[in-house]
Amino acid sequence: MNNPPDISQDPAEHEEYAHNVQKHVRGYLTVGALLLAFTGITVALSYVDFGTRKANIGVAMLVAMIKAGLVAAIFMHLAAEKRLIYRVLIFTGFFVFALFWLTFLAWYNPITR
Amino acid sequence: MEIPYTISTRPDTGLWNAKIGIWLFLASEVMLFGGLFSAYVFLRLDAQPGEWPHGLLNVPVGTMNTAILIMSSVTVVLAWAALKMRRYRAYWWYMLATILCGIIFLFVKLYYEWPQKFEHYGIFIKPAALEKYEQYLGNNRRTEKGMEPRIEISGHLHNPEALKDPNIKEYEIGLDPVYVDPNNPANDRPHFLYAPPTDDIAKIEKEDVERIDSFGPWHSAYFASYFTITGLHGAHVLAGVLVFIYMWLPVSKKLYQRNPEHLANRVEVCGLFWHFVDLVWIFVFPLFYLL
Repeated sequence: MNNPPDISQDPAEHEEYAHNVQKHVRGYLTVGALLLAFTGITVALSYVDFGTRKANIGVAMLVAMIKAGLVAAIFMHLAAEKRLIYRVLIFTGFFVFALFWLTFLAWYNPITR
Repeated sequence: MEIPYTISTRPDTGLWNAKIGIWLFLASEVMLFGGLFSAYVFLRLDAQPGEWPHGLLNVPVGTMNTAILIMSSVTVVLAWAALKMRRYRAYWWYMLATILCGIIFLFVKLYYEWPQKFEHYGIFIKPAALEKYEQYLGNNRRTEKGMEPRIEISGHLHNPEALKDPNIKEYEIGLDPVYVDPNNPANDRPHFLYAPPTDDIAKIEKEDVERIDSFGPWHSAYFASYFTITGLHGAHVLAGVLVFIYMWLPVSKKLYQRNPEHLANRVEVCGLFWHFVDLVWIFVFPLFYLL
């Protein structure tokens, strides 16, 4: 989904432009409804026993990832953004991954107990 | 002097300045919350059996707050779209809705969820004395079934003076429902609806108690991370609400009359921040309330 373009200064084109933004608005409402539905799904799934607690955490995180993806892609316009922003986010993703990885290192090889 | 590139794009970045600014800020925010979530994962994986509590938070209230935050994310993007279409009246209403959602979220946290925790006590029993309180803990059955043991009895403390007075030899605690009927399989997993402490009072001798704490950050690694992360998140919600109030006040209408696209861009960057706050909550909610 592309973002609405900048508004035209030409009054004749304005109506067509407003109509174009209106289409995006419908998309935002749909995404909002989807997010609410996924919230319900998250709550419901947490009362289903998937065998182990790890499996339950995995399922819940999967749903959370889908929700986060929707927010980032549509509300935050990341589905169609300028290249520089993607570059910034690639570095962010890399460093956040490193941060979690450091923690896991400490868990697998604790200093003392 | 006029601030450059508030609307037009800067040739080398291809973006107006505030947009790249907010994304760099959000990148640092990702690292801030990333560090805390990383600590959460570490603490949780390292918790000894029975030490990581489950089902202590009010799930319906948490679900409601999640829904409120999602709806505010929708209204803020609609407010921005309204500005793009040059409909100030609609923008004003959507912004008001966003502000109210933020305030309700904070109100529920500050006046309902957090204070309740400070009045709720958990008594950790010494390992040697666990057998003595088997009627409340139901650990024989839990061991048979291969479940983690219960090491804590929680509820409403009826004699808080016992915390300070060394002459009082026992705590009187109005039990949480789980400890009234510990062998009921229905209590093996958390319930959706929150059940307050009952009037069934258990007397627990002080010499059997390892420690007693209210459900504050000092209670456990769980509550320490809960209060740190939800507290920081709450501070973000507050900051967002304050900025939105500024965007909604008549002072912003003046900017709108002078240069509507500039206000639209301001609302867009604030909206990006707000969506990020929503995004963090999407992970906080299942991790602390449900799992």
